[in-house]
Amino acid sequence: MPEKLHIKLNVNGKSEEFLAEPRELLIHTLRERLRVTGPHIGCDSSHCGACTVTLNGKSVKSCTMFIGQANGAEITTIEGLGTPDALHVLQESFREHHGLQCGFCTPGMITRAAKLLEENPSPSEEEVRFGMAGNICRCTGYQNIVKSILAAASEMNAAKEAAE
Amino acid sequence: MIPAAFDYYRPKDMAGVLALLQEHGDDARVMAGGHSLIPMMKLRMAEVPHLIDLQDVPGMSEISIGDGKIRIGALVTQHDIIAHEGLAQSAPILREAAMQIADPQVRYMGTVGGNLANGDPGNDMPGLMQCLDAQFTLVGADGERSVAAREFYEAAYMTARADDEVLTEITLATPNGGYAYEKQKRKIGDYATAAAAVQITRDGSRCASASIAMTNLSDVPVWSQSAGSALVDTEVGSDAIKAAVAYMLDEIDPTEDNRGPVAFKRHVAGAILTRAIQRAWSRA
Repeated sequence: MPEKLHIKLNVNGKSEEFLAEPRELLIHTLRERLRVTGPHIGCDSSHCGACTVTLNGKSVKSCTMFIGQANGAEITTIEGLGTPDALHVLQESFREHHGLQCGFCTPGMITRAAKLLEENPSPSEEEVRFGMAGNICRCTGYQNIVKSILAAASEMNAAKEAAE
Repeated sequence: MIPAAFDYYRPKDMAGVLALLQEHGDDARVMAGGHSLIPMMKLRMAEVPHLIDLQDVPGMSEISIGDGKIRIGALVTQHDIIAHEGLAQSAPILREAAMQIADPQVRYMGTVGGNLANGDPGNDMPGLMQCLDAQFTLVGADGERSVAAREFYEAAYMTARADDEVLTEITLATPNGGYAYEKQKRKIGDYATAAAAVQITRDGSRCASASIAMTNLSDVPVWSQSAGSALVDTEVGSDAIKAAVAYMLDEIDPTEDNRGPVAFKRHVAGAILTRAIQRAWSRA
């Protein structure tokens, strides 16, 4: 039996500490150990992006990270972006523009989109499509996802201007 | 999806990495971004009893440019390559290629060194580094040595790197002239059906030098000296390009897979190389 690792994480602002086998994947840590079940598993080849979380400021596919690699990290999932009473702009915008149907890709989509808009606050449609290319959706055909993200970008930029 | 059990190490320096490689021999593997190795472990196609994570090893995450040379630490990610303005000025072909590798999430994690050391003919950086005549620094128990990218690839997943060595740095002369990395793929994130790296310089209306390499058309990347030479001292018109393509087609050896049969891949290789040469020349 391999030696267990002593892991510390910060997930959505909450400190977590536990022992884990090295082969534990971050997505399983989140879903099964910490019951953070927004991030999903849609494939086993690192393509779909349903497991996307923000880890130390990067969008990562949490299915392709061993827990030891994530040790000490700060992680944000969809649960950390907004609450049912106070939705994140992107969450509101996906609702408004019908950017989801079954909802399985949505947590990864929105988490990735939040990072994309942080890096590029005013993306073109093409930049949105390219910047979201690591996230697959079976339902929407992407069109409304693009609309949702562009609308959220405008709204966030308008709010920023109003605040200045 | 579920990898076999392994012991995990996160050494703080290269001495720690090398000691583990010495101790465990074939049973140990180093991991950079993990975006080739972990998928293979999840399919149980790679068995790694001892996994050595390189992320805490200092000195391998920098890009430096100066004295006509570019140095790229092995742990520099594809995202870093794309974001680096200095690199975009001095070797724009690197950004052009990195944008065509994988997807945003994978590019945050996947490293240049991992892409190069992996040995999968589908990876894009190996052909690109052969085009640019890069040198790879390998560190092992006996010290450091340098291997040319053009000498590094022996067969699929077989490289000049010994099991107890680590690729630490890539160095290349700052490239001159026009460039193109042209890739045909089925969709985002796919390995190439065919891809071509071209770097070309001009003297007046004529081509002064040209370097050409291709990706995923053999069990190793293919740099073709004769394809490049066919352009030199010409005006890079259609006859010269046809000659270069003919030389390249002589040297590739594609295999049939779900990207298409051999005849199709040879056709795509010719089309992609033609486009890459034309675009590089238009930028020269």
